[in-house]
Amino acid sequence: MTAAQWLLVIAWLGITAYALLGGADFGGGFWDALAGGPQRGSAQRGLIEHAIGPVWEANHVWLIFVLVLFWTCFPLVFASVASTLYIPLTLAAFGIIARGAAFAFRKASTELWQLRLFGGAFALSSILTPFFLGTVAGGVASGRVPLGITRGHIVESWLNPTSILGGLLAVGTTAYLAAVYLTADARRHGSVELAETFRRRGLAAAVVTGLLVLGGVAVLRADAPRLYAGLTGRALPVAALSALAGVVSVVLLIKRRYVLVRITAALAVAAVLWGWAVAQYPVLLPPGGTVSRTAAEPGVLRATLATTIVGLLLLVPSLIWLFALFQTQRPTR
Amino acid sequence: MPDLFAASATPADLMAARVQMAVSLGWHIIVACFGVGMPVLTVFAEWRGYRTGDDAYVRLAHRWAKVMGVLFAVGAVSGTVLSFEMGLLWPELMATYGQVFGLPFALEGFAFFIEAIFVGIYLYAWDRLSPRAHVLSGLPVCVAGVASAFFVVSANAWMNTPRGFDLVGGRVTHVRPWAAMFNPAMPLQVIHMILAAFMVTGFCIAGVYAVGMLRGRRDRHHRLGFLIPFIAAAIVTPVQVVVGDALARHLATAQPPKLAAIEGLTRTGSHVPLSVGGVFVDGELRYAIHIPNALSLLVGYRPSTVIQGLDMVAPADRPPVNPVHLSFQLMVAIGFGLLVLSAWFALAWWRRRDLPRSPWFLRLSALSGVGAVLALEAGWVTTEVGRQPWVVWQHMRTADAVNPAPGLWAGLLAVLAVYAVLTVATAYVLNRLRTRPVTAPQEEWADEALDAGTGTAREHGP
Repeated sequence: MTAAQWLLVIAWLGITAYALLGGADFGGGFWDALAGGPQRGSAQRGLIEHAIGPVWEANHVWLIFVLVLFWTCFPLVFASVASTLYIPLTLAAFGIIARGAAFAFRKASTELWQLRLFGGAFALSSILTPFFLGTVAGGVASGRVPLGITRGHIVESWLNPTSILGGLLAVGTTAYLAAVYLTADARRHGSVELAETFRRRGLAAAVVTGLLVLGGVAVLRADAPRLYAGLTGRALPVAALSALAGVVSVVLLIKRRYVLVRITAALAVAAVLWGWAVAQYPVLLPPGGTVSRTAAEPGVLRATLATTIVGLLLLVPSLIWLFALFQTQRPTR
Repeated sequence: MPDLFAASATPADLMAARVQMAVSLGWHIIVACFGVGMPVLTVFAEWRGYRTGDDAYVRLAHRWAKVMGVLFAVGAVSGTVLSFEMGLLWPELMATYGQVFGLPFALEGFAFFIEAIFVGIYLYAWDRLSPRAHVLSGLPVCVAGVASAFFVVSANAWMNTPRGFDLVGGRVTHVRPWAAMFNPAMPLQVIHMILAAFMVTGFCIAGVYAVGMLRGRRDRHHRLGFLIPFIAAAIVTPVQVVVGDALARHLATAQPPKLAAIEGLTRTGSHVPLSVGGVFVDGELRYAIHIPNALSLLVGYRPSTVIQGLDMVAPADRPPVNPVHLSFQLMVAIGFGLLVLSAWFALAWWRRRDLPRSPWFLRLSALSGVGAVLALEAGWVTTEVGRQPWVVWQHMRTADAVNPAPGLWAGLLAVLAVYAVLTVATAYVLNRLRTRPVTAPQEEWADEALDAGTGTAREHGP
């Protein structure tokens, strides 16, 4: 494999990590929005805040990691996507500001009106941000972002059937992942009731997202034939894996296997991303933007790959410690 | 290769993009300074509290950690917006030069990662780790904060002194990313920025406690809350003056038109005076006080040193003089003011081991944070506007880097609204943190709500 291919794999792993970890944090905001009034919803909100408080900033950095890898290693791809899709990306950026700031502000607040105001901003932006990022993915996947600065239509590139599908799928999967992850968190905190709540929500999200995917097949067939051909051709095993993992997750949720279902649910979502990648490879921006055509110079790729490997050696143990620390019960005070 | 120059932005859209970048960067740079400086002060206070058993230190560390948590969150998101804007607003810059100056950003990504991970641990694991382990968990935050500043400013320095690539037939080739990162402007610019971060953090926090002391709260908590950040900033200030002087001298060779704009110097020559104050009107600096030969002396240590004026470059390649000249003057004036304040403190401390007795010391200290932030912004305007009309010095014009998509001004309006709300909310929340009783950071309503909601009686230790 060339350095460009390695870096593409690492960047895609970064996108996967962002979807599975950062995505679940957005999903936490989704359930925060649906938790109900201040009295009834406070336990759910408490659990959500507890779960994402220590980790959301680290999870968010995966997005930065992916951005800088793309602009260093595939600069024209980054510039093409950013310039054509500047409207949904600007809206996603606003959502990122509102989500992060409001979450931190709510944590520092005590009065009900503040909790409501910041909580509302947190919840709403947690839904809108993945939606707009999903429209970006849909625009790229359906070939509406040509190589070059602002060469695509600045509205139709993200307001189209595939982009809307991408946006809804993003919201659905973040909500699904969050509900699944929260069941085990609730049980660890000793609350059967909360675990049951999120189990029901996880099942509902799984059904809705599953239906979206099935309907999405028809959308892709009509709106993104190239992607459809890839997904039903070369990427079919990956797509099948996603479907299988999704079904197994539902079974595990019904059987209350909350730790195991985390793995299968994450696998189902990750397989969607990798199915897209396999279907499209080696094209980054359809039709002409291949890996070899858009990659930076070899010297740049080698330097970036070397620093990325060194960086990951520092990063991975730190991340493991972070998650290990907060996925165990706190020692008695 | 597709045609990358099919359309171009209108002047109004270019100005909108520049203002949007200036607002979002000018906002982020303040919280970024706290991201560099505040962990060091907080971990120091916690360490002292842990070593001495003095509760005043511990309470300061708790309070500062909460403020740090809020500022880190808004810094993380406002920094993310900047990485979006690099592509949204300046796609030609990224398409052409992204691979040249991308490496420090990739490194910064890892520094930010480490920072975010350990900020999460530091803020939330107060009761999960031993005191010693907790202090140690703060150290990676301190290191990564400084490293982040180093990497990001390396990339900015590259825009001032672009290196590490060749242009063959207008195409960027033979890219040497390490040479780009370690460009000539990097060392001084990086040090200047990191020192500025400690000055901003130190004087701002000290200023808050100075206000409290002026209102009569002279207890140990306030005294230490003033002394720790003020001493840190006061130590840094004289070093910053020396570094700033070296940086200006560096401009005489690296970016002469920027220095000429800073000084309002139109004509190249020797025996150049230093111009203090004044306004640039009709191509001349008026109403300035001139110190004979001083600029030649500062740059080359002798009056005969030749300084290049604006006449050395074509009118289209000159930066706007007034914003550069005036913001530089403001930065230097505030810098020397803070130097005098620091010296005043040092004198009193040396003679009596106490703060100066005059209430004017606390009054000026209360304003020192605002002054440091103003100096920070003025310095940033000096280097950024002084680089114009180039985004990459003498290689790419800002006007050629901008996104040609229509409607950037609408984005600007939205950004102004978002940042106005963000500013008000941040100020409000910080002010509430100032007045609330202190607890360790993780003991929040979420815990209480969770406990109440689950109905579990979590075991509380004896």
